[in-house]
Amino acid sequence: MTDSLAISKFSDLANPTRFLALAARILPFMAAATAILFAIGLYLSFTTEGDYQQGLTVRIMYVHVPSAWLSMMCYTVMAVSAIGTLVWRHPLADVSHKAAAPLGAAFTLIALATGSLWGRPMWGTWWVWDARLTSVFVLFLMYLGLIALNRAMDDPSRAARVSAVLILVGFVNIPIIKFSVDWWNTLHQPASVIRMGGPTIDREFLWPLLVMAIAFTLLFFTLHVMAMRNEIWRRRVAAQRRMAARLAGREA
Amino acid sequence: MTALLLRDLKLSVRAGGGALIGVLFFMTVVAVIPFAVGPDLNLLSRIGPAIVWIGALLSALLGLDRLFQTEREDGSLDLLLMQEHPLVLTVLVKCLAHWLGNGLPLVIASPLLGLFMNMDEVAIGATMLTLLVGTPALTFIGAVGAAVAVALPRGGLLVSILVLPLAIPVLIFGVSASYAAVEDPAPFMPPFLILVAITMFFAVLGPLGAALALRNAGD
Amino acid sequence: MIKILMKVSRMRLVAENLSARRGEDLIFTDVSFDLGAGESLVLTGRNGSGKSTLLRVVAGLLRPETGRVTWTSDSADSGMRAAEACHYLGHRNAMKAELTVFENLAFWKDFLGDTQDGKGIPPGEAADAVGLGGIVHLPFGYLSAGQQRRMAFAKLLVAYRPVWILDEPTAALDVSAEGVFTELIKAHLAAGGILLAATHQPLGLENAKELRMTGFAGVGEGRW
Repeated sequence: MTDSLAISKFSDLANPTRFLALAARILPFMAAATAILFAIGLYLSFTTEGDYQQGLTVRIMYVHVPSAWLSMMCYTVMAVSAIGTLVWRHPLADVSHKAAAPLGAAFTLIALATGSLWGRPMWGTWWVWDARLTSVFVLFLMYLGLIALNRAMDDPSRAARVSAVLILVGFVNIPIIKFSVDWWNTLHQPASVIRMGGPTIDREFLWPLLVMAIAFTLLFFTLHVMAMRNEIWRRRVAAQRRMAARLAGREA
Repeated sequence: MTALLLRDLKLSVRAGGGALIGVLFFMTVVAVIPFAVGPDLNLLSRIGPAIVWIGALLSALLGLDRLFQTEREDGSLDLLLMQEHPLVLTVLVKCLAHWLGNGLPLVIASPLLGLFMNMDEVAIGATMLTLLVGTPALTFIGAVGAAVAVALPRGGLLVSILVLPLAIPVLIFGVSASYAAVEDPAPFMPPFLILVAITMFFAVLGPLGAALALRNAGD
Repeated sequence: MIKILMKVSRMRLVAENLSARRGEDLIFTDVSFDLGAGESLVLTGRNGSGKSTLLRVVAGLLRPETGRVTWTSDSADSGMRAAEACHYLGHRNAMKAELTVFENLAFWKDFLGDTQDGKGIPPGEAADAVGLGGIVHLPFGYLSAGQQRRMAFAKLLVAYRPVWILDEPTAALDVSAEGVFTELIKAHLAAGGILLAATHQPLGLENAKELRMTGFAGVGEGRW
């Protein structure tokens, strides 16, 4: 191991020790930036006027839209990591997509739950099989499946390779799912459902939404780095326990 | 016996345990139904209780083949069979642990799926209640199938084939009680009480049959 | 190191005219033995000669074709099954890879309980006795095959049973671990226990009875 932990090339990140050192250095700043942006974003979201049609419920949008955005971005991050696992065999890429899956599931769940809360006064029911909601729900199921797959295997590097394959297949499949759900939905579209989206977003809502989106994205990366750090620590503990088991046999 | 219950519960939540998988399967099965029948909310709310019940039935069967097979694979089953605790009691405790680890999460997840199916509050409550009462019967019936198929290399599918026909009465009364709670003319109590009776009946018959099968499956 | 409380008693494990079949073949016929406190019986013979089958019959896991196994002791209730006085260590370890060693041992201690003739020792001490005291907090799956086998042996110590039935106990073990086993078995016998073992390697026991299994007693003719 070299003395310098400076990162000169991108590939240096593949060294878990350097990653841990870097993570320790930048995490406080990321956390602070996230907190500040959230403070500004929340202040803006609660001071802007409500929509004349939707009233106060429109404020749900400031949480809903960023989480929906993150649910998709997280899958992209995982797909990139999966390529890293399969092509370059970076150990950090394994850790990265494993750590991202629960985060993706959590943000997707927030998006679904807030969407449901928002939909209750709009549609009069908690859930409609609208094309967009349905796609997000399918994405949620995919996240849960990946988490279950990771939990079901005890060899981390094999689990990482297998789930990387599944992530990539899913990534290729997402447009097809999206397309077929749209197709399915237009075939069956019942008249009672009000479409989401509606008119283009007013400038007044745009600013808080943008700030919140950046805050959520930063939150995701902060949590992701923390989760990766925990995963590396967890693997080190497991490795040391295996070592302890091996040594106990020697001395006896 | 408490030790066995706690051990099996621990195993079901540790890595690779079945608890999470069962609930996931439940959600997935129920979630794909609208893709087949279309997103018509009225239709979905009408067939909702039936769909949730079928989903629960299939996912309750999912982990059942492992009930005794894991014990057999590592040799624990031999030791369980040798003890003087009545084997019926051992099987009963294993069934209870299996239900707590795999069946109860299904019951807890069912209201969420009820929302997806656009069921109203009464229907959701009734479905949850009937599932709470009915799923133990599925575990007890399934235990017989699991015990019969314990020595078979690919017992998983066979267990489902053996058990599904036996589980039909549970399905009938579970679903009809759920519907009776929503639709006015039909009374809720008679089918519900029959469901309770079926569960209690199988709580006795299931472990007895499973214990008998395990004794004879020895090799 | 090993303290097993024992009353000197007139324990007997008696097998009369045992025969067993696997499928259609009779594996052995008319095996009889009579073991008292402190005595041991070692089964030898080539693969497939029916050693494991005989052990499983004695442990009550297989139904014998003819004959029976009886257990008598001071404290045994009349009609107590012989299997209840036995520890059985088969080819598989009966431990869960997902649980820690301590959880495994504590479960078996709790589940098996003790018979009235003696007391088991706590899981930690049992692990010490097989020379692996420091790693009871690790998941069982982390251990090597030899260590797993030793921990499976520690299971015999946590709950007391007068009769130990061991099927190839020293498979996957190195010489030093075999030595540990032999010491534990000797201690068990000295305390008045009974041992029934199938093995290829000599266990280093003095005055052990030996039963040579020849295997394949003939196709079960006359059955059809």
